[in-house]
Amino acid sequence: MPGIVSYGAYVPPTRLGFSVIAGRPPKDGGPERAVAWNDEDAVTMAVAAGTNALRGFDRAGVDALLFASTSYAFKEKQGAALIAKALDLRRDARTADVSGSLRAGTDALQAAFDAVVAGSARLALVIASDCRLGAPGSALEQGFGDGAAAFLIGRDDAIAELEGSFAFADEIVDVWRSEGEPFVHAWEERFVVQEGYTPGIGEAVRGLLERIAAKPGDFTKAALYAPDARSHAGAAAALRLDRGVLVDPLFGRLGNAGVAFAPLLLVSALEGAKPGDRILLASYGDGAAAFAFAATPQLEKLEPRRGVAWHLARRRLVASYDRYLKARSLDAREYGGGRDAGLSATIHFRERDEDISLAGQRCSRCGGLQFPIQRVCERCFAKDDFERVRLADRIGRVVTYTFDFFFPTPDPPTIVTVTDIDGARVHLQLVDVRPEDVKIGLPVELSFRRIHQVGGRPNYYWKGVPAS
Amino acid sequence: MKRDALRDKVAVTGVGCCPFGENWDRAPSDMIVDAAYEAYADAGIEDPQRQIDAVFTGSIYSNKGPHECSDALKLFGKPVTMVSNYCATGTDAFRCGVMSIAAGLYDTVLVVGYDKPKDRGISGPSVMMDRVRDLPQTPAGWFALCASTYFARYGAGREHLAKIAVKNHKNGTLAPNSFLKREITVQEALEARMISWPFGLYDCAAQTDGAAAAVLTRVDLAPKDAVLVRGVAVIAGPNPQKDPENDFLSWKPTGWAATEVYAQAGITKPFEEIDVAQVHDCFTLTELLTYEDLGLIEKGAAKQHIEAGTFELGGELPVNTDGGLKAFGHPTGATGVRMIYENVLQLRGRAGPRQVKDVELALSHNIGGHPTACGIAILGRQ
Repeated sequence: MPGIVSYGAYVPPTRLGFSVIAGRPPKDGGPERAVAWNDEDAVTMAVAAGTNALRGFDRAGVDALLFASTSYAFKEKQGAALIAKALDLRRDARTADVSGSLRAGTDALQAAFDAVVAGSARLALVIASDCRLGAPGSALEQGFGDGAAAFLIGRDDAIAELEGSFAFADEIVDVWRSEGEPFVHAWEERFVVQEGYTPGIGEAVRGLLERIAAKPGDFTKAALYAPDARSHAGAAAALRLDRGVLVDPLFGRLGNAGVAFAPLLLVSALEGAKPGDRILLASYGDGAAAFAFAATPQLEKLEPRRGVAWHLARRRLVASYDRYLKARSLDAREYGGGRDAGLSATIHFRERDEDISLAGQRCSRCGGLQFPIQRVCERCFAKDDFERVRLADRIGRVVTYTFDFFFPTPDPPTIVTVTDIDGARVHLQLVDVRPEDVKIGLPVELSFRRIHQVGGRPNYYWKGVPAS
Repeated sequence: MKRDALRDKVAVTGVGCCPFGENWDRAPSDMIVDAAYEAYADAGIEDPQRQIDAVFTGSIYSNKGPHECSDALKLFGKPVTMVSNYCATGTDAFRCGVMSIAAGLYDTVLVVGYDKPKDRGISGPSVMMDRVRDLPQTPAGWFALCASTYFARYGAGREHLAKIAVKNHKNGTLAPNSFLKREITVQEALEARMISWPFGLYDCAAQTDGAAAAVLTRVDLAPKDAVLVRGVAVIAGPNPQKDPENDFLSWKPTGWAATEVYAQAGITKPFEEIDVAQVHDCFTLTELLTYEDLGLIEKGAAKQHIEAGTFELGGELPVNTDGGLKAFGHPTGATGVRMIYENVLQLRGRAGPRQVKDVELALSHNIGGHPTACGIAILGRQ
């Protein structure tokens, strides 16, 4: 039976407290939202979630990658191709972006199931990731959260089998963002909930129940998308779902994560599931979609994943609203970002294996690992005799470090290290760590990030984060 | 290489140096002319168009090639070469001039180092980014990478760096052409705003505009008491950021260049034999490491020597007598030639209030890049 074989998530450790948005100091324990920091976006979060889903699986077995997002940085240039390169998927793995609707995450999931059922892919990776901007001061800004969820979909060894699904499309202008606009708009909340969300979720779930001949009470877990806590409770009541089966929608902790929201709640459901659980997933956007899954005994064999719970436990509070505005480039600036015309696309092209896959090399003669890819060995001077080695999944150790206060960043200093990865030395920034915790010998793992915006576009490379 | 091929074949007969600073009203050509004509006068060159056989010029920020220098000085109909080797550019241009005379090609050549970073509209060095993985990074960030490791191993700290800054600021007040003429205290240095840990503002060299020049001549054409070139070496090293074997306790190229240049000059006990040194203090830690990497003192001993005042004016081996890059200023391409200028003054006993007694042998040292290159020149009296 086709089903979910593995899952992973990513939620940025940075939390913006509602009190900070209101101009007050950060307060632990109050409501907050997850926020992607200045070096994170839909792509970097997707790579992290994808990495977490692939832990323990052979990435060469992935036949397709579907990337769902409404907030990916490029209008023309595929996100899935970039993510596939960062994850070092097979070159002939099929890639596609699914976008344009908050339903894109579950649309991508459906497409992956269709491919697996049709036999065109044995294993498909679906990643939903969103990092949407609400206008500063708006309710949307407070309600949104950033994050990504990833699923490996396959025919064998499913931890949760797909029992059935149902979706419909409808035309409604309720939540939208037009070409060139940075901020999401929404029509009056009561209209969105009364005419769009609540009846939409109801229609999708009823369609699903009819298709699989089930009753609402058959579900032991329900992962429901909702624009806010009140409409979530309202939809659950309308669907006659028992409170006890509802997966915590995490308002005030994560926030509405757009296309990744329903998928993240599904991850949360799977984390707490036992074999035999029947899980309802419902998402909304230009229509709605509903899925039913049945957890299998395989669930207990899956190694622990970095899912929602793991990520929600890692928290760093934003010190001020001003820093948030800087991190999202919403502050007033003398110059817009990325005016430099300097970055060469041909250099990027030649170095994509190193920059995006973090590929180094092992010298076939002396066996030494080194970075970047070079023609002559740094150690024994052998020429053109190397084997490509991906460094991104290894653990490095800090050799030396400095705290650079000179380069502009929302949270100075920039922590710069030379890190040793099994003998290869990499000049590496360190993030998600306090300066006082940086030590010689600190073990670090690698995280795909936006490194800079030179050339007026996001450029991606790897940074170090303390190994967990 | 033939280690005796250069020694005592070339004399420095004239030196010149324009005031270093934020020379808003001076073009590169103005500074080049001031430095070169001072060197001409010093060397007794009255007809440079006839007497100068070749020009070796060095600059990092200029994108105009050697023509900027030849046009400023109207030195046409002769070879003009531009050298570029990061902060070692000045010493490398000097080395090319020395080699050309030692090879018998020319009788008299002019060396000009200059740079005009203050025309860029930014304070501090450019942050170069032409490739994806060029991190937002600064020279302070590169040179600070030896600090955590060195401090952990040898127990030195920011207070030792501060003493170097205090020393160089003090020396800078004694040099007429220096940029910063203000003494600072250890406390001021420690409390200044952080640039890249452990470097506060006063641990960083002052980037300035400037030009310096030297006239080199075949030794048999020079006056009997002329300053001679005892050795000069420029050595490349690996990028420490990717070198798999870097210990971050020293910068490799300095040790390599020192070995080479001491062999040329016949120096076996550098601390005893060298009377004055100008070393590359782009950051205070660079100067600290250089004491050791030059073999002047044991690795790890800098802390005690800084506390004892070994390298202060009046100490056993004064270093950066004119204030160094820290206080005299650092126009990248000019710096190596500015050091030659100071050493020639010291060897001739013309260094005024900062004069070191009985200077027989003087060393100048540049290190540049990440750092990836080092140049050292040794000058002596006949």
